[in-house]
Amino acid sequence: MTSQLTAAQPAPVQAGRARKGARRSRAGKLPARERWIRRAPLLPGLIFLIIVTQLPFVATLVISFSRWNALSPSHKGWAGFGNYRKVFSDPTLRASVLFTIVMTATVVLVSLLLGLVIAVLLDRAFFGRGIVRTLMIAPFLIVPVAAALLFKHGIYNPSYGLLNGTLNAIWKLFGAHAPQPDWLTAHPKIMLEAELIWQWTPFMMLILLAGLQSRDREVVEAAYVDGASPWQAFRFITLPHMRKYLELGGLLGTIYIVQNFDSVFTITSGGLGTANLPYSIYQTFYSAHDYGLASAQGVVVVVGSLIIATFALRVVSSLFREEVGR
Amino acid sequence: MTTAVASLPRSARAGRAEGRRSHSGAVLGALAWLIAIVFVVPVLWMILTSFHSESDASTNPPSIGAPLTLAGYRDFFGSSTGTSPWPYLANSATASIVSTILVLLLAIPAAYALSIRPVRKWTDVMFFFLSTKMLPPVAGLLPIFLFAQKVDMLDNIFLLIILYTSMNLPIAVWMMRSFLAEVPPAILEAASIDGAGLLYQLRKIIVPIAMPGIAATSLICFIFSWNELLFARVLTGVMAQTGPVFLTSFVTSQGLFLAKVCAAATIVSLPVLVAGFAAQDKLVQGLSLGAVK
Repeated sequence: MTSQLTAAQPAPVQAGRARKGARRSRAGKLPARERWIRRAPLLPGLIFLIIVTQLPFVATLVISFSRWNALSPSHKGWAGFGNYRKVFSDPTLRASVLFTIVMTATVVLVSLLLGLVIAVLLDRAFFGRGIVRTLMIAPFLIVPVAAALLFKHGIYNPSYGLLNGTLNAIWKLFGAHAPQPDWLTAHPKIMLEAELIWQWTPFMMLILLAGLQSRDREVVEAAYVDGASPWQAFRFITLPHMRKYLELGGLLGTIYIVQNFDSVFTITSGGLGTANLPYSIYQTFYSAHDYGLASAQGVVVVVGSLIIATFALRVVSSLFREEVGR
Repeated sequence: MTTAVASLPRSARAGRAEGRRSHSGAVLGALAWLIAIVFVVPVLWMILTSFHSESDASTNPPSIGAPLTLAGYRDFFGSSTGTSPWPYLANSATASIVSTILVLLLAIPAAYALSIRPVRKWTDVMFFFLSTKMLPPVAGLLPIFLFAQKVDMLDNIFLLIILYTSMNLPIAVWMMRSFLAEVPPAILEAASIDGAGLLYQLRKIIVPIAMPGIAATSLICFIFSWNELLFARVLTGVMAQTGPVFLTSFVTSQGLFLAKVCAAATIVSLPVLVAGFAAQDKLVQGLSLGAVK
């Protein structure tokens, strides 16, 4: 596997930057006709994306100020900030904001850490390394709904799930009765997070392994020659090199896990305090039919996402700036 | 004499260190195997259970050596209920494949305008594309639903195709840009000096160099569309229902159903498993938006 972050090529970067500069200044002085010729291939995609993803948000914003419940259409009218007052005074919604943050942080951090450990283990030669890598990818390739169903019924189920089944099998060896907890009722949040960590660790592992393999081996060797311990080599050479890969994995993981709907919907249906924001909005809209309130929730989520996104985009742009130089 | 004395313990020490290293190497290798097995056990359990009878699938402790049967699969394909999953799988395939083609048709020209002959402020355009991925789709779902209701597009696979195209377009633009940026400008300049037109350059230079990137992009777009649940669940009913939605509607019956669910989960995951295993490196490239090559 030839894997390296495109930024990690010092020599061409210099030349590329000079060329880039020339190209940009040329583009700056282009006649209007040429500028439109350059823009033309971009426009279909850009316009399509604005219409399909941005216009609905504008509509959401408008609807959020209206009193509109599909179950009582005669009540439709202007609500002012009424829906927003409901959003901020509703304790269940506050709980779902909190759970969304906790769930995302837990899943992203644990799967990054696990992914890093596994990537470090896989970075060294050992018997069957290719097979281990292939096996490790499998969880990520199970359709999320299928994985959630599998965990709910096949693994967490108290009477015939694999977890309690295994406990039973082990305790039986000693002639004892195993505890048979109802995992989902007892620890709904942890079980939900565990399923997501199982699916996302391979994702992190793949990105981090590619990062490890793009590292300059000679630098590490040189550190060993100079008497560095394996821990020192990892801490002072590997980890700084891995920073951008950790950031990339963290950012992409956050984008996908914040928006998770499949697992919450399938495993707990938002019960027992596991309703995250996407699920709560879905509920308000799909079950309660309160379109005004659902839209206000949506707007609040969008504003929150924008705040996180600005921060996240700064991270990406630091990755990106190195690459722009090419 | 002194050198001999001095060198003897050193080589002995080196040998011991060597031994310790290979010893710890074996331990670390075994640890890697152990972790991989823990991660893959649920998948193996799913596949094994799908070949068990319903009564063997729900024993405690699990009946690992129970006789294998295709009953779960027969059940999934409608032997008892009469509902065939094929229309839903076909819907999933249509939505995933058509939206992937549309994404490529829109993303490749856009990526060209962002890398080979870049527009002004192309980095801003890139960040606009990425920022649309950070907004939760659920926040735009209601207007899309109302619009679809108005123009009679609910339960229509074309609506899903459009939405999946918009969902994957930003990722595809990011990926394709990073792959097109690999095309050396010098070659293109030389070609145009030699009189090669844009189409010739595209066909003979750009596409061959970007082909692995196009494959990686297609793989990722296909997987994400195939997996999608929220839009499909809200916007389709009977006609346009996709595989994942069909899966969720599957666990309503009373009685034992684990073998059937496992068979269903295996079948629905099969295209992704096959494509993902066959193109592991493409998967890495795609998941990192083309940043990792």
